[in-house]
Amino acid sequence: MKLLRRIFPHPHLTLLLTLVWVLLANAPSLNSVLFGLILGIVIPFITQPYWPDRPKLRNWPMVVEYILVVLWDIVVANVTVAGIILFKRDADRKPAWISIPLELRSPEAITVLAGTITMTPGTVSCDLSERGLNLLVHCLDAPDPDAVRDEIKHRYERRLKEIFE
Amino acid sequence: MEQIWEIVIAFFLIVSGVFGFVGSFGMIKLKDPMSRLHAPTKATTLGVGGVLIASILHSLTLEDHISLHELLITLFLFLTAPVTALFIAKWHIHRHETPETLPPTGGDGRWATHAVAPDNDTPEHTAN
Repeated sequence: MKLLRRIFPHPHLTLLLTLVWVLLANAPSLNSVLFGLILGIVIPFITQPYWPDRPKLRNWPMVVEYILVVLWDIVVANVTVAGIILFKRDADRKPAWISIPLELRSPEAITVLAGTITMTPGTVSCDLSERGLNLLVHCLDAPDPDAVRDEIKHRYERRLKEIFE
Repeated sequence: MEQIWEIVIAFFLIVSGVFGFVGSFGMIKLKDPMSRLHAPTKATTLGVGGVLIASILHSLTLEDHISLHELLITLFLFLTAPVTALFIAKWHIHRHETPETLPPTGGDGRWATHAVAPDNDTPEHTAN
């Protein structure tokens, strides 16, 4: 068991790297799987010092749910934003900065949250406060900034909290 | 059967074309730099996503082989696009916003971009 841990310090990363390599080769031959596996063993081994306390993902069904929710939101928000760009006069649009108090503490979780906010159109995450307790977000059109804040907290942060903490 | 697939593929291509166009149009129409930042983050999601789905379907149905390269493009885009957007946003905050024009941090000091001590070595042409 201990030997296994030394060879695979990060089994998920090993799996991911192998998968990425096979996809890059675009042909699932034994050749590419083997070489992907070699990369998947060597890279986690070399980069080990760079992730001292990596978070444990606790809730795999929630990870799947989170990905689906985000993908769906991207589609819906794309249509909304396209509507704003095409049909709303620039003078009627209310861009706003909002500050989101964070309950998440692990840097990885905050990174995922900030990335999600940027990828869902209409909001871009811009900055963190000094000690990382608040996230600054810019909205393309927010007649009601508080509602945007509550939705982000409820839809994304709550789920990430269950995944990471 | 082939014709149905061609229609589906064409649909995805048109969707991605429309969103790509709207994203670029937004760059012209929106007037302030922070709002303009929203346009490219959008073109990379549905605009590129549509082409990728069309490409997967095309190789799967018309060429009879599986090609999943496209999933990697999506993955890499989702990793890189937020970082680029964050850099541009940080630049904007650094050059054009003051702590007074941004919302309060809720008692957690300043926003990180403003919390950096002013650099005396900053060359004249980049200083505010």
